[in-house]
Amino acid sequence: MKYLSEYRHPDAIKGLVSNIKHSASSPWTIMEICGGQTHNIVKAGIDQALSGTIDLVHGPGCPVCVTPEAKIDAAISISQLDKVIVCSYGDMLRVPGSGQSLLQAKTDGADVRIIYSPMDALEIARKNPHKEVVFFAVGFETTAPANAMPIYLADKEAIGNFSVIVSHVLVPPAMRAILSNRDCKIQGFLAAGHVCTVTGLEEYHELAQEFSIPIVVTGFEPVDILEGISRCVNMLESKTCGVHNQYARSVRENGNASARKMIAEVFAVTDMDWRGMGMIPGSGLALKGPYSRFDAEARFNTQSRPPSNVSDCHAGEVLQGLLKPSACPHFARTCHPETPLGAPMVSAEGACSAFYQYSRRSSH
Amino acid sequence: MCLAIPGKIITINNHDHLIKTAMVDFDGITKEVNLTYVPEAEPGDYVIVHVGFAISKLDEEAAKLTFSYLKEME
Ligand code: SF4
Repeated sequence: MKYLSEYRHPDAIKGLVSNIKHSASSPWTIMEICGGQTHNIVKAGIDQALSGTIDLVHGPGCPVCVTPEAKIDAAISISQLDKVIVCSYGDMLRVPGSGQSLLQAKTDGADVRIIYSPMDALEIARKNPHKEVVFFAVGFETTAPANAMPIYLADKEAIGNFSVIVSHVLVPPAMRAILSNRDCKIQGFLAAGHVCTVTGLEEYHELAQEFSIPIVVTGFEPVDILEGISRCVNMLESKTCGVHNQYARSVRENGNASARKMIAEVFAVTDMDWRGMGMIPGSGLALKGPYSRFDAEARFNTQSRPPSNVSDCHAGEVLQGLLKPSACPHFARTCHPETPLGAPMVSAEGACSAFYQYSRRSSH
Repeated sequence: MCLAIPGKIITINNHDHLIKTAMVDFDGITKEVNLTYVPEAEPGDYVIVHVGFAISKLDEEAAKLTFSYLKEME
């Protein structure tokens, strides 16, 4: 397949690994932001191949993992109302709130449906005019234009039985929070290629200057990730900072203009509570102006309450790159994908799940 | 859920500017994709698709940069 197999070629991978080992004069610490990259790094054994040369730490880039318990609790309590259908992406259903997950609510009889595209939720609303259809809209900037579209259309078409629970997060404010932590050891970033495909690079230039740090916007295949690391190492070795775009086949300097316009039409930036990381100023999106009437939490009057049982999960440290999943005391002991203590063990993009699936042999 | 993958546009289905869609081939599996955010894409183009929406058209010239980087290293 074009744009896939050539980026997985073993010779290219080998060449890049030896190039990185050759050019790194000290063991640099680099964080990849996106959970998709984390998975591919661990799956392809890139972290093992570079061990001793590059310390790859895994970032908060799993939208499902950072969705606060209170939002999940709100979705569950709405799903238990009469004549309501709750829709969301598959991963989101399995993550527990402060008690149950949406999947458990579904097993107990709630009408909870897995959708592939946000447009499916609008279609369900059109087909079920006597029911209230609630879309649990989670994601980073990558997903925001897609999630905005059914809201925009529901407004245009005056679809009254559609509403959304919005739990949208923005990456650059989280990078700023991570870099501002006193214990932060990160020396370079691989930024998430698909997030930047939508947003463009403006905020990344600001971050690179503010923290004097190299940021390489990177794709997802093994060759992309290794080229990203290689370019980051080159910048670290030459003591330069700034933004380099490794994923130029998809990422343009100004991002995707029509997608950005749609985000700005429907959403406004707001403070956001990240699960495990706490409140980060200006790091989320909320419905704005006339679109606020599609807010499901207001429509169904759900009160968000603080989580009732504080779990012993170390997700906060894992998501900030302060703790490797395999170094969590619960990892593969009391915490497994079947009986997860936290969201990073549940989601396909969570760092703990990636380590559990691919690298337990080497870490035990 | 953040997964976004490349696919090749086979046909354009709908020319209404709001809901322009296309049939896209993902290595043998064909799916309908919303093209609203990449309206310039045409049959034969590769697009990155995320939750049913194309978010970019892949640029062949830029793709070659990775391979010239690999060459440079040799
Ligand atoms: S291993 Fe389990 S308990 Fe530890 S951080 Fe990951 S999800 Fe939380």
